[in-house]
Amino acid sequence: MEQQFWKKVAPMHEVGAAVQRVDAIDKVKGTAKYTDDLCPKPCLVARVVHAQIANGWVRAIDTTEAESLPGVVAVFTFKDVPEHRFPTPGHPWSVEPAHQDVADRRLLDDRVRIYGDDIAVVVAEDNVAADRGVRSVLSHVDYEELPPMTTVAQALAPDAPVLHPEVRETNVLARSDMVTPLEGTGYDSVEEALADPRYHHYEAHTETQQVDQTHIETNVCYAYMESGRITVVSSTQIPHIVRRVCGQALGVPWGTIRVIKPYIGGGFGNKQEVLYEPLCAWLTSQLGGRVVEIELPREEVFQNTRSRHPMSFDVQCAYDDDMNIIARSCSCLSNQGGYASHGHALAANAINAFRWAYKDKVGCHTQASTVYTNIPAPGAMRAYGMPQGQFTVECMMDDIARKEGWDPIDFRLKNLMPEGYSDPFNGITNHANGFPQTLIAGREASGWDDFKARYKDETGPIRHGIGMSAFVYKTGVYPISLETSTARLVLNQDGTCQLSVGATEIGQGADTVFSQMAAETIGVPTSWVHIVSFQDTDVTPFDTGAYASRQTYVTGHAVRKTAEKFRQNILDYAYELKPEARGLTIAGGEIVDEAGEVLLGMEELAQEAFYSFRHSVHIHAEETAQVRDNTFAFGTCFVKVEVDMPLGRVKILDILNVHDSGRIINPATAEGQVHGGMAQGIGAALYEEQLIDPATGRLLNPNLLDYKIPTSMDVPDLKCLFVETDDPSGPYGNKALGEPPLMPPTPAIRNAILDATGCAFFQIPMTQQRLVAKFKEEGLI
Amino acid sequence: MMRFVKMTVNGKTMEVGVDEREMLLDTLRDRLGLTSVKRGCEVGECGACTVLLDGTAIDSCLYLTIWCEGAEIITTEGLLARDGTLTPVQQALVDEAAVQCGFCTPGIIMSATEIVGTGKRYTRDEIRKLISGHLCRCTGYQNIVNAVERAVNECADIAERVSAEHAGDDAV
Repeated sequence: MEQQFWKKVAPMHEVGAAVQRVDAIDKVKGTAKYTDDLCPKPCLVARVVHAQIANGWVRAIDTTEAESLPGVVAVFTFKDVPEHRFPTPGHPWSVEPAHQDVADRRLLDDRVRIYGDDIAVVVAEDNVAADRGVRSVLSHVDYEELPPMTTVAQALAPDAPVLHPEVRETNVLARSDMVTPLEGTGYDSVEEALADPRYHHYEAHTETQQVDQTHIETNVCYAYMESGRITVVSSTQIPHIVRRVCGQALGVPWGTIRVIKPYIGGGFGNKQEVLYEPLCAWLTSQLGGRVVEIELPREEVFQNTRSRHPMSFDVQCAYDDDMNIIARSCSCLSNQGGYASHGHALAANAINAFRWAYKDKVGCHTQASTVYTNIPAPGAMRAYGMPQGQFTVECMMDDIARKEGWDPIDFRLKNLMPEGYSDPFNGITNHANGFPQTLIAGREASGWDDFKARYKDETGPIRHGIGMSAFVYKTGVYPISLETSTARLVLNQDGTCQLSVGATEIGQGADTVFSQMAAETIGVPTSWVHIVSFQDTDVTPFDTGAYASRQTYVTGHAVRKTAEKFRQNILDYAYELKPEARGLTIAGGEIVDEAGEVLLGMEELAQEAFYSFRHSVHIHAEETAQVRDNTFAFGTCFVKVEVDMPLGRVKILDILNVHDSGRIINPATAEGQVHGGMAQGIGAALYEEQLIDPATGRLLNPNLLDYKIPTSMDVPDLKCLFVETDDPSGPYGNKALGEPPLMPPTPAIRNAILDATGCAFFQIPMTQQRLVAKFKEEGLI
Repeated sequence: MMRFVKMTVNGKTMEVGVDEREMLLDTLRDRLGLTSVKRGCEVGECGACTVLLDGTAIDSCLYLTIWCEGAEIITTEGLLARDGTLTPVQQALVDEAAVQCGFCTPGIIMSATEIVGTGKRYTRDEIRKLISGHLCRCTGYQNIVNAVERAVNECADIAERVSAEHAGDDAV
């Protein structure tokens, strides 16, 4: 474990310890159950029939032959499913219609908006029969085809066909335009400041790619009926939202749907959307309640589920000779693909990420548009729009520093978001600021100055560089959306307890840190808290699920509030047993009085409470925390690279992430989160990209051979440091950690390549081909 | 067409009736209930379905069950000692905090079991190459490499100690 650099948090007992993951043993034994592991086999399998055009209509479809094939049980098309549309993103529902998610999806549709859109479904006794049924249906479809619009520019053309006339008059899903308050700055507009000849001027255009989440377990669910209700078992991050969306999609009361979430093999945002659960639920309702499973093949995970939005940015900056940023503007175009999914929230995050990290003396003008096109619809992915904006602003910072001969770290330190900063639009506040320390610690730990000096003015085919980037990340979704969470604790006869939360373990270690939090507040060892890992919407308390970096923060508040109540209930009972006692507390699993004397053990108290003839009570607590606050996490990445100029190959020699995520609840699981994010950031920097054929709208690389994610040979040893702060708004001083580690490596690698070669890249991924082309253009090779 | 295949799975010899087109992955999961063997891509790209076939780690999604006639197959379920003791590989993954979502974990355990079975020592770079057929999206491989390195060294220590003891026997 790495040495922690800087710490201003007081120690706790259970929180802060590198407790072993609560699910580690079951997972190494191979006994941990994931969705398909639980599915009763044999069962009916459903395979979706995907259109073979990207834009147009199904004008005729004949399923007669498919229905007659051996093993095929049923074929349904868009003609058979409910007419109405429903929203799919994993957002908290809003009771205000104006803030509800866009309902632009049917279970199956004749309007084809992406290549591979869902037009029919074959249910069969096995996969072979289902696949034969799919091929048969596909050979009996007639389309009316329109040219695919794969770019935002095509979709914004005046004569572009409107993809969703039922919800929008044009292909623009949403726009935003925000100017920070300019009162007292002496300027009437940001543009006026940008044009002021007293300042230096910077302009750039950046483009970021469509990235796949690539969880190793594909999207899978199965559904069946019991007692007239539908049960859906799904690999999801958001079981309670799956219940709501299934209810909406089928047009049935939400309480008639029960959703069970077992262990899940990664999600990274792609399972923060309700994709095939509603179809699966509808199919079982059409087939007598039989078990029907939809397990997507890997190719369909790429083509038919979500991804990171490709975006482009046009930015300007005015700055002075004293390293001050005076004003900035940023205009973002976000390619939404065929369906609204999470929509404009991503572009809004992107421009916020651009704006937040640095302050402007005058102001910042940000604009964003999210536009429907015919590419596979992007949605939520780890860090949710912010990597794109952060890449852009971190290009800007390094380019300006390089042009002016400033140290990139000093330039950033001069302009960082200050402590106490409050966003003028949403009020999110910098409650605890370890931001500067993440730069200072990284500079020291990476050997920045020595490396810079050693490879100054390097020439030749192999060149070395060091680069860094910084980021700001908001923790939860308040005040843009609701933040609510509920936890439940029940006492066992032996003095241990069960903790239930609606928040989900998706690999990130949530169950372990919730257990630590509850133990800390109750006053027992973590091993005495048994967490109920699987969610079942019939019995699990409500929580909106794993997204943003909200659970340790928001659900942490629910766990703390519940544990405080639970502890009080235990102590109230202890006073019944020891009426003469004073100042009772729970420490180390025992009831202790104000003098520190142990009066009774938890087991003794619990057995009395369960079985007392005088007063039997099953001690428990259940509390909801509605969190009306949010907070910023900070961090940096420092990267050393070796660039092979003729081959355009980048070798990462050394990489370090430094994070201020408030108090670290569990250093071991926290480091694991950072490592995984760093590898994803490396992949996005150098090779990951969904490639779309502009002629057909078809994804060219929908498999793990052609879509490259890093292997163990592609990443070096990953280093991380935590600068711990004690965030007053966090339940245990903690703030976001889940998503942020992915962000800073990508621009840090870009800036290291700039340092090594003098070439500034504005498009990711920075593939070998793009590097070689640029080096040739610059006459370097 | 159904065919009977006689094979030994996790130490138990059995005859299994399978579709002749069936992959070992599906036989293990759906007929034998060995769900530690995970389905991630079905084309040999992710490594989640790795099992040991006569001591060699293979992708069970690419291997027809009818090719397993007379073979010995081991899955992660088959590694556990009777009293529940974990193998050095499993324990190292726990101790090095190398488990996150856990979906790639059984496959990596089977490859690492093959690696430590050689009794040899490997450098970190060699370990990275040996497990590069396993895709993991959660860990960045950092703690997995740490864990495999730890298990490799522990098992090599044992192998060397045993070998040294035998060398002593020979000398006498």
